[in-house]
Amino acid sequence: MWRWGSGMSISQHSGPPKVSLIYDPKVRSIAYQVILCAIIIFLAYSAVRNAIDNLARAHIASGFGFWNQTAGFDISQTLISYTAQGGTYGRAFWIGLLNTLLVAAIGIVLATIVGFLVGIARLSKNFLLARLSAGYVEMIRNVPLLLQLLFWYNAVLKALPDLRDSWSLPGSIYLNNRGFFAPYPIFSSGTELVVAAFVVGVIGALAFGIWARKRQEQTGQQSPVALVSLGLIVGLPIIAFFAAGMPATLEFPEKGRFNIRGGLEILPELVALVIGLTLYTGAFIAEVVRAGIMAVSKGQTEAAGALGLRTGPTLKLVVIPQAMRVIIPPLTNQYLNLTKNSSLAVFVGYPDLVQIFTGTVLNQTGQAVEVVTITMAVYLTISLLTSMTMNWYNSRIALVER
Amino acid sequence: MKRVITTLALAAAAVFAASVASAQTLNTVKSRGMLNCGANGSLGGFGLPDAQGNWTGLDVDFCRALASAIFGDPTKVKFVALTAKDRFTALQSGDVDVLARNTTWTSSRDTSLGLNFTGVNYYDGQGFLVRKALKVNSALELSDAAVCVQQGTTTELNLSDYFRANKMKLKTVTFATADEAIKAYDSGRCDAFTTDASGLYAERLRLAKSDDHIVLPEIISKEPLGPSVRHGDDQWFDIVKWVHFAMIISEELGVTQANVDEALKSTTNPDVKRLLGTEGNYGEQLGLTKDWGYRIIKHVGNYGEIFEKNVGQGSPLKIQRGLNALWTKGGLQYAPPIR
Ligand SMILES: N[C@@H](CCC(=O)N[C@@H](CS)C(=O)NCC(=O)O)C(=O)O
Repeated sequence: MWRWGSGMSISQHSGPPKVSLIYDPKVRSIAYQVILCAIIIFLAYSAVRNAIDNLARAHIASGFGFWNQTAGFDISQTLISYTAQGGTYGRAFWIGLLNTLLVAAIGIVLATIVGFLVGIARLSKNFLLARLSAGYVEMIRNVPLLLQLLFWYNAVLKALPDLRDSWSLPGSIYLNNRGFFAPYPIFSSGTELVVAAFVVGVIGALAFGIWARKRQEQTGQQSPVALVSLGLIVGLPIIAFFAAGMPATLEFPEKGRFNIRGGLEILPELVALVIGLTLYTGAFIAEVVRAGIMAVSKGQTEAAGALGLRTGPTLKLVVIPQAMRVIIPPLTNQYLNLTKNSSLAVFVGYPDLVQIFTGTVLNQTGQAVEVVTITMAVYLTISLLTSMTMNWYNSRIALVER
Repeated sequence: MKRVITTLALAAAAVFAASVASAQTLNTVKSRGMLNCGANGSLGGFGLPDAQGNWTGLDVDFCRALASAIFGDPTKVKFVALTAKDRFTALQSGDVDVLARNTTWTSSRDTSLGLNFTGVNYYDGQGFLVRKALKVNSALELSDAAVCVQQGTTTELNLSDYFRANKMKLKTVTFATADEAIKAYDSGRCDAFTTDASGLYAERLRLAKSDDHIVLPEIISKEPLGPSVRHGDDQWFDIVKWVHFAMIISEELGVTQANVDEALKSTTNPDVKRLLGTEGNYGEQLGLTKDWGYRIIKHVGNYGEIFEKNVGQGSPLKIQRGLNALWTKGGLQYAPPIR
């Protein structure tokens, strides 16, 4: 290698020239960050102190002591056990959180299905289908969600009969304006085997899927993945269930003087909320999907056609995978919106986190600052987790692009 | 949305402000030229604006009386409609100067919520409304019933307590406002609707067929409803307290809106003179003018008058005085003397 000068090589000072520390960009940026952090910590600390002082001066209770106090109110839907006399505000919080996660999860799955179907239908060559889809999207997007929720709640309640005229099916299945009721299995010991079988089934199905993909890549031969997976995931647990001697009894709903008790119970509030959120978010997802598909160049479809692929496989194998890259980021947004919008639950009487916690608990304890802080932290966490999952998925499919 | 903003405002105020509740409420109100009164926006008889924005109700008239005492003008009130669950935050954060919204006086609201209740302007209790067709005659027959209720109320807690105490099963459906709760009840979602008995009278009138529903005889709780203010401002606390007492005293003394001018000129009764401010400086002791009592009666009326006009015989609710009669007539309404 050619060197500058003779004996005096600058490679001795290969780092940046030695200057005073304040001019060292590295030291500087670290110093800035330390100072910034210190300021933020100081501000946060004094904000909290100030809040505590102010609340004390106004004689408003503060702190988290309320968490373990008896709640004393009833909740209509509890995924974990809860009673008004035994339940605490803390327990009520978890119930609200689970109820929020439940509608969000159901809503996200259903809205995705609706969104993809409608988004694809809107691009369909079938004029009627395309117009209908467009009409649905336009109508839903232009009416405030709250109105839609109230509409669905009243529609659900109006459409369903009174308790005395319940629609019923043999086997103690009832539908009326108090909800949907059906027998529900109560599991006893031996159920572990069924759960284990299910886990094995899922792992087996995944393994088979990977094997089938490899085989197709190598030999071009397709395997009945869907059928085998179904067999493994559903079939195995069923076999295990019988092998374990059927460790479950059914709890049947029973008609009382006013209500139906026992068994599975799905409240009309949940149904109305899910319908409302699904249709609303579904319309937005449909647009996202349509945009994603339109972003895939027409040449791709034509090339697939030239290779002899039919419309279905073209969509599934060529268009959608490429469209996904465009779809995922705005889709994440829609998922976050749906979760946040589920806080309108209180208007249709569904006990979500906001209804139970920032509603009843806040009001009964009066501890607005604590309750609101916790609630914001929860929504932030849910949002961050959703984004993280979607980003991970996004980076995975983005790899395909190279 | 309003609720979220109020709550955030309180949080922000608590975090950043030097002090949340100014101790100088009277001065603040005077320099604003307007009293901010937290009221019920949808309960006939207590607080309800009509289509033109004219507010009526027992609690509304209380705020008008307070404004009259301060400004000599009952119209210098801005009413802020509050739902059950937003009301305390609105008072704590300073959105309103006084909360007069059929609010039950309880120990925890008095202490940990940082409120001071100034008196009881309506003695109430919780009851149930059911459909006649159910053929229920007593609340004790309601085991297993679905009950629609409004959240953030004492109602919500009493309901659980009552069913628990009587070993009855309960299904509650909880709503943010009475409006939604009563609609759900009307559409058959619930077997019963429960709230303060006074509220039942008012809400019943909003049902599609009000004659198909009855109020059950049981009263399951004590609901002393009254105005409240923030902790920490004794002068303001005194003023709000004595406006209520002045209205009771003037009913005791038989001073009405119609005869108050006459009484001012010709009375010889020292009690009346002290009430109307022609003797002593009791108004000034409160930080108001001498004639504060006169102003209240002249512009709004005595307690009996506003009761009959808003919830009694002069109103669609036709509620009897009952517990709310004066102590001299077998009721509980009683006021310490002005002297
Ligand atoms: N007195 C009870 C209940 C007050 C209450 O909110 N009552 C209901 C029914 S009477 C009401 O005013 N609803 C009207 C609304 O919120 O729109 C309390 O202070 O908690």
